[in-house]
Amino acid sequence: MFFYLLRRLLTAIPTMFVIVTIAFFLIRVAPGGPFNQERGLSPEIKANLEAQFGLNDPLWLQYWNYLKNLLHGDFGPSYNLPDFTVAELFSEGLKVSIPLGLSALIVALLLGGTLGIIAALNQNKSGDYAVIAVATAGSTIPTFVIAPIIQLLFGLTWKLLPVGGWGGGAFINMVGPVLTLALPQMAIVARLMRGSMIESLRSHHIRTARAMGLSDWSVVVKHALRGAVLPIVSYAGPAAAALLTGSIVVETIFAIPGVGRYFVQAALNRDYTLVMGTVVVIALFTIVFNLIVDIMYAVVDPRVRYD
Amino acid sequence: MHKFLRATMLATSLVVAGGAFMTPAIAEVIYNRGSAAEPETVDPHKTSTVYEAHVLRDLFEGLVMQDAKAELIPGVAESWTVSDDGKTYTFKLRENATWSDGSPVTAEDFVYSFRRLEDPATGAEYASMLYPIANAEEVNSGKAKPEDLGVKAVDARTLEVTLKAPTPYFLEMLTHQAAYPVNKAAIDSMGADWIKPGKLVSNGAFTLAEWVPNDHIKMVKNPKFHDAANVKIDVVNFIPTEDRSSAMKRFEAGELDSYDDLPTEQLTDLKAKFGDQIRVAPYLGTYYYAIKTDKAPWDNVELRNAVSMAIDRDFLAEKVWNNSMFPGYSMVPPGIQGYTSAAATFADKSQIDREDEAKKILEKLGYGPDKPLKMEIRYNTSENHKNTAVAIQEQLKPLGIEISLLNTDTKTHYAHLEQKGDYDVARAGWIADYQDPETFLGISVKASGNNYSSYNSPKFEEAMAKAAAAGGNPEERFKLLGEAERILVDEVGNIPLLHYSFHNIVSPKLVGFEDNVMDVHPSRFISKS
Repeated sequence: MFFYLLRRLLTAIPTMFVIVTIAFFLIRVAPGGPFNQERGLSPEIKANLEAQFGLNDPLWLQYWNYLKNLLHGDFGPSYNLPDFTVAELFSEGLKVSIPLGLSALIVALLLGGTLGIIAALNQNKSGDYAVIAVATAGSTIPTFVIAPIIQLLFGLTWKLLPVGGWGGGAFINMVGPVLTLALPQMAIVARLMRGSMIESLRSHHIRTARAMGLSDWSVVVKHALRGAVLPIVSYAGPAAAALLTGSIVVETIFAIPGVGRYFVQAALNRDYTLVMGTVVVIALFTIVFNLIVDIMYAVVDPRVRYD
Repeated sequence: MHKFLRATMLATSLVVAGGAFMTPAIAEVIYNRGSAAEPETVDPHKTSTVYEAHVLRDLFEGLVMQDAKAELIPGVAESWTVSDDGKTYTFKLRENATWSDGSPVTAEDFVYSFRRLEDPATGAEYASMLYPIANAEEVNSGKAKPEDLGVKAVDARTLEVTLKAPTPYFLEMLTHQAAYPVNKAAIDSMGADWIKPGKLVSNGAFTLAEWVPNDHIKMVKNPKFHDAANVKIDVVNFIPTEDRSSAMKRFEAGELDSYDDLPTEQLTDLKAKFGDQIRVAPYLGTYYYAIKTDKAPWDNVELRNAVSMAIDRDFLAEKVWNNSMFPGYSMVPPGIQGYTSAAATFADKSQIDREDEAKKILEKLGYGPDKPLKMEIRYNTSENHKNTAVAIQEQLKPLGIEISLLNTDTKTHYAHLEQKGDYDVARAGWIADYQDPETFLGISVKASGNNYSSYNSPKFEEAMAKAAAAGGNPEERFKLLGEAERILVDEVGNIPLLHYSFHNIVSPKLVGFEDNVMDVHPSRFISKS
């Protein structure tokens, strides 16, 4: 297991290198630069700005410098928010995005999983149809519709929650965005859970368990769930990476200072260093969560062993 | 017993807490100021957007400032004199001007700050704001040393600024945030960290307490500010809320006291709902189309005029922009005191007459059903820019003008314009940095980097030069600038379409939030009832 982990972590290094290289050159292919705007700058002023950020160096040198700094953990300054380094923006933003995404993930897994089990146990009965209906609605209604409805109902009509803002991470500020983020994920988890649970309930070892006279609870929770949860685990990995790195829609509508909006803002602003920062963060999260999924597999499924 | 005790304690603490909340005499006055975007920096010399302007105006004080009506008032300078040739300004600094760390604001601070703005190493986007100062442009382009800049501290309280040429709008330019002073001692001792909340030494009505990017900027009243006795707000929270519809809900819920934008597509409904809390009025900005004047067929003045004439601006303002913009026939928007804009000659004709005349011109030039005029409109991605272009496409179709649309993101759009790429017509906008017609007309001189129409008219250049030479005589200068604008508009150097409005939503609780053409609202003049 240890060697497996080591091997996986080592292979992540060339992967990251390729990702960083492609992203570095790709964003520079996009026309325009960080200093093109409605109020055009004179060539002298633009030259001063470019010199300040090293953008007047040849591209290969910029790339070399970037790699060198990156190895030292230096992501460089943001062009668009020069008071902050990219690292500062991410450490501030992740303080928001991680708790938010994690809460949404937990809510989605717990509620979605429970709903899925209920549906599977009531296959083709009214309980099943109800869950399927909710799940279909949850995964088809886009977040930019759900979020304003939550704001309107909970914020303005019933005055239970604030309309927007982060409030330093207060529980009451998190409810709306967590619900919005969790709902579509919950729907997917419920459907996955239902499918794999039905399959698991039909398998031989469950039939054996039932034949041995075990209680329903014991059959479902101890035996069937263990096999049924595997697809959820493999889904949860990428879902966690996506949720924890923020959502532009939810952050924009609820005015939350997460990192999700940087993905879009940075690209539109040609904020090269911030773009690179987002790429590195997403890549890192994806690699780490995939690794966690594989470890979870070994924990949950006795048939999986890494040597 | 235990339970009873706990309940009593809880009840008592609730009463105490409730009492604290309800006693207005003790409570801090907090102004939650919503804005549509995040300021980019709190370094006055690195600023580029109006969102920084709002924040910096509260944090710093320049030689001169703007009051609640955007009129020029003394700032750190309590008085000033201008030499007879209009080239030397001598500012007398007020004795009680103090930095937030307690040290006095001196003439030397301004010398340092102006040099820093022009120093190429600073990379200041708004360095051009002080280009009227002798040697400023040379310093900024590395041809002269910062020490050569035309600023001098005669003594601690006397600052002498020498200009290249008389510049009547120089004082207006000094109200811009790029002309604010920064604290040398703080920059020297803290390096790049000097702008961090809690560390930033500033000289305005407020100091920077917190900045969580995309969340809020918290500023607290500066007790050392010379006019602190008249500052009514204790805490200003700048709260960026990008989503305009969300901002309306946050305003309604009382989370924001004001917001500096509106979802204009909902303007009619918003006016019905919020009444006079919605404030829409002229703002110094022009929405125009640049047209390639050096490329056939657009090098023909008559043709350009026909195109411009046929565009129904009333329709654009009313139907596309929901009256959040006003029809524009001149490059300089109305609202600059003492200046009369030169509107296109067709402005007082009816739209039907304009279309007839445009049709005649096009026929005369040989365009018609057999030989349609092809035109491409480029615009930067935005729902309203698209709707504007589509409306114009429809309006010009009956005249046999075939319009194709090309939409690119903002950076691509302006990079293409700046590099003088190939295009017919391109969307652009200009917002005044200072209250003077010069800012709108200067972009059309041949040498300007913002001359997206590649307009090159000897007549216009001459008129602009004449106006500049009349710098010492403001009235004469405005007259000459008006003549220059007349040439620009008659020659259709570009196609003005709309004049901007500001659109704020302001709670009735805020007193002193006055409408003005610069959309300037210093928190120090605002109070909350």
